Amino acid sequence: MSDAASKSPGDVTTRPWVGLFVTCLVDLFRPSVGFAAVKLLEDAGCAVGVPAAQTCCGQPAYNSGDSTDTRAIAKRTIEAFEPFDYVVAPSGSCAGMLREHYPRLFPTGADWHARARSLADRTHELSSFLTDVLGVRAVDARFEGHATYHDSCAGLREMEVRDQPRTLLASVDGLRLTEMRDSGTCCGFGGTFCVKYPEISTRLVDEKCENVMATGAGVLLGGDLGCLLNIAGRLTRQSHPVRVLHVAEVLAGMAGRGIGEAGR
Amino acid sequence: MKSAAHDFPARARSALNNPDLARALARARTGFIDRRLAVVETLPEFQALRRTAREIKEHTLHHLDWYLERFEARVREHGGHVHWASTPAEARTVVLDICRAAGAKRVTKGKSMVAEEIGLNDALEGAGFEVIETDLGEYIIQLANEPPSHIIVPAIHKTKDQISDLFHAHHAKYGLTERQTEAAALVGEARAVLREKFQSADVGITGANFLVAETGSSVIVTNEGNGDLTNTLPRVHVVTAAIEKVVPTLDDMSTILRLLARSATGQETTAYTTVSTGPRRTGDLDGPGEYHVVLVDNGRSQMLGNEFHEMLRCIRCGACMNHCPVYHAVGGHAYGWVYVGPMGSVLTPLIVGLDEARNLPNACTLNGRCAEVCPMEIPLADLIRKLREREFDERITPPRVRLGLRAWAFMARRPVLYQMATSVGMRVLGLLGRSRGRFRRLPLAGGWTGTRDLPAPAGRTFMSAWSKRRAEGER
Repeated sequence: MSDAASKSPGDVTTRPWVGLFVTCLVDLFRPSVGFAAVKLLEDAGCAVGVPAAQTCCGQPAYNSGDSTDTRAIAKRTIEAFEPFDYVVAPSGSCAGMLREHYPRLFPTGADWHARARSLADRTHELSSFLTDVLGVRAVDARFEGHATYHDSCAGLREMEVRDQPRTLLASVDGLRLTEMRDSGTCCGFGGTFCVKYPEISTRLVDEKCENVMATGAGVLLGGDLGCLLNIAGRLTRQSHPVRVLHVAEVLAGMAGRGIGEAGR
Repeated sequence: MKSAAHDFPARARSALNNPDLARALARARTGFIDRRLAVVETLPEFQALRRTAREIKEHTLHHLDWYLERFEARVREHGGHVHWASTPAEARTVVLDICRAAGAKRVTKGKSMVAEEIGLNDALEGAGFEVIETDLGEYIIQLANEPPSHIIVPAIHKTKDQISDLFHAHHAKYGLTERQTEAAALVGEARAVLREKFQSADVGITGANFLVAETGSSVIVTNEGNGDLTNTLPRVHVVTAAIEKVVPTLDDMSTILRLLARSATGQETTAYTTVSTGPRRTGDLDGPGEYHVVLVDNGRSQMLGNEFHEMLRCIRCGACMNHCPVYHAVGGHAYGWVYVGPMGSVLTPLIVGLDEARNLPNACTLNGRCAEVCPMEIPLADLIRKLREREFDERITPPRVRLGLRAWAFMARRPVLYQMATSVGMRVLGLLGRSRGRFRRLPLAGGWTGTRDLPAPAGRTFMSAWSKRRAEGER
C-alpha cells in the first residue's frame, strides 16, 4: 500500500507537501471528491500524500461524549499526519475537528497537546487552503449550470469559510451562482442528531430545500458531504430535480452525476 | 416548576405538528434576528463590550461570596431585608411568610424566571393568595394556564386569534364582553384589567436583571412599565433573584445593560430601566414600606467550581434561542421546563438533573450559532458537548447507543481493519444501490431513511481506489 509517509527524500522539492485528510464520508460515499481535491492541490503546485493510517476524525465519538475513544482516534490521526507541511480536508467540519478540538482533548503541557497543536496549526479546509494559504484566485474548469451554495455550520463558524469557495467558483466558466436565503443556517444534519431526532432534522432540511428551490438553481453545491448527503437525500425523496455536488468536484472540472442520482 | 424535560421527544413531535405554533415562531424568528443584527452593526464597540462584560462577570463569579455579602450589607443599611434560599422549597416558604406577615390578599408579579423556577405561583395560589401576572405575555399564559415558552417573550407561541379568544373568555367577568381582534384593542383591554389590580395589590413580586453590590439595588428592565407599577404601588416589594445576578457596581451594570436589550429584542435600550434601593424613605412620595430580596441558589453554587461555571454569566437575553434552528422548529414548551433553547439545554440538566433532561443537550446540531450571538461569550455548544460527556461517563446514555458507538470506535481506531471492512461493506452497498443511486430503506437505518433517501456509495472506497491507482502507477 502506498503511504505518503514513505515518500523518498529525493521527492523533496520546494513544493508544499500536503497530507490529504480524506474524511470518512468522502472515503465511503463519494471518493470522487477525494480525487477532485488531489487534482486541485496538485494543480496549485502541491505534492499530495494520503497516509493510509487514517479513518475518521472522531466526531461521532466526540459529539456523543465518548472522550476515551475520541482521544485514541485523535492520536492515530496526529501521528499519521506528522510528516506533512500541511493537512487539508475537503470538509469544514472535519478540518474544524482537527484544528479547533484536537488540542482541547489533551491537557496543556502534555506531549500530545503539543503534537495536537502542531497538527491544528497545519490544518486547513480545502477551499480556504487554496485561496488563503496558496493565493489561488481562479481554477481552470468549466461547468454549465445555475447553482446555489450551502454554507456548512462548522465551515462557516469554526473555519471562517464563506468567501473562499465563492471566489473560486466565480472563475468557473459557464457557472452562474445565486445566493439562497439563510445559506448559513443549519441543514439539520448535525452528525448523529439526524438519526436521533429525525422529525426535527427533517423540519430543518425541509426549510433548507425550500430555500434551495426558491433560487431556481438546478445545482446545489457545498463543502461538507454530511450536509450534502442529508439535503440530497431529502430532495430525491421528494422528487425535486436538483443536482447535488461537492464544490471540489466542480472546481476540479470533475463533476459527474449528482449525489444520490441513478446510473453511476 | 415540575420538569417534563424527559418527555422532550414526544413534546417536540407534537409541536412539529402544530401549524399555529409554526406560524407564530416563524414570525418572531426573522424579526428578532434582523433587529438584533441592525443594532449590533451600528455599534462599533459591540465586540469590545462583550469582552468587558465577560470579564466583569468572571471577576464577580470568582468573588461571588464577597459581592453577595456586600450586597446584603447595603440592602440592610437601606432598611431592606435579604433572605437566602438554597432550594425552591426554602424560597417558596420565605415568600409565603412575607405575604402572610403583610396580611396580603392580592399579589401582583412582574416577570421573573426564578419565580417560575421555584414554582411560586402555584405555591401562592395554593396558600389562598390571588396572583396576577402583569407582564402582558406572562398575563396571557397565566390565563391559558401554560408555562412560558421563551424567557423574554413568554407568549411567543400564541397567535393573535388565540389571545383574542382567551381575553374574551376571561374578561367577561369585568364587564368587557365585546370580542377584540386588533392588537391595540387587546392591549388596551389588558391594560384596563391590570390597572385595577396594580392599585389594589398588597405585595408586588419582581425578578431582577441585576443586583448591584455597591448600592444594594435591584434592577429590572421592561418595555411595558408593569415592573414599576409592581414595585412601587404595593405595600411590600419582594425581589426573587438567583445568586449569579450580582455585579460589583452601577458602572458594571451599565456596561452589561448596553448588551442586554440589543441582544434580546434588538433595541438600543428598553423603555424602562428601574433601580430599586430599599423601601420608601421619609419624604419619598411613593414606594413600598418593605423591601425584601430572596437570593436563590438552586444548584448555582455547585456550578461555580466546575466545568459549567461559564453558564453563570448568562444574562437571560434569549439571543441563543432566537438563533437556534431547533428552537425555531419545536418552540419552548418542548423543552419541558422554565429555560429553553440552547441556554435551557445547558441549565435544565444542571438544575433538574441529567437523568431527567438527557434529551436536551442531545437535541442540538452543534451548529454554533448560539455561541456566536451570545453577548456574554458563553461557549454553549462546548457546554452542551460536555454534558454529553458527563452523560456517557455516568452511563446515562442508552446501552444500545453506547454499544454501537464503542463498536464503531473499535474499528475507527484500527485503520487496517477499518479499511478492510469498509471496502467490502461499501462494495456490497454500492452494488445494491447501483441502479437507483439511492436507498429508500435500509435495515438499521430507519432514523435516516424514514424521511430521506440514503445516497448509495460509489462502491469502491477512496482509500482502496487510491492504493490501487498508486500500485498501477508504480508498475
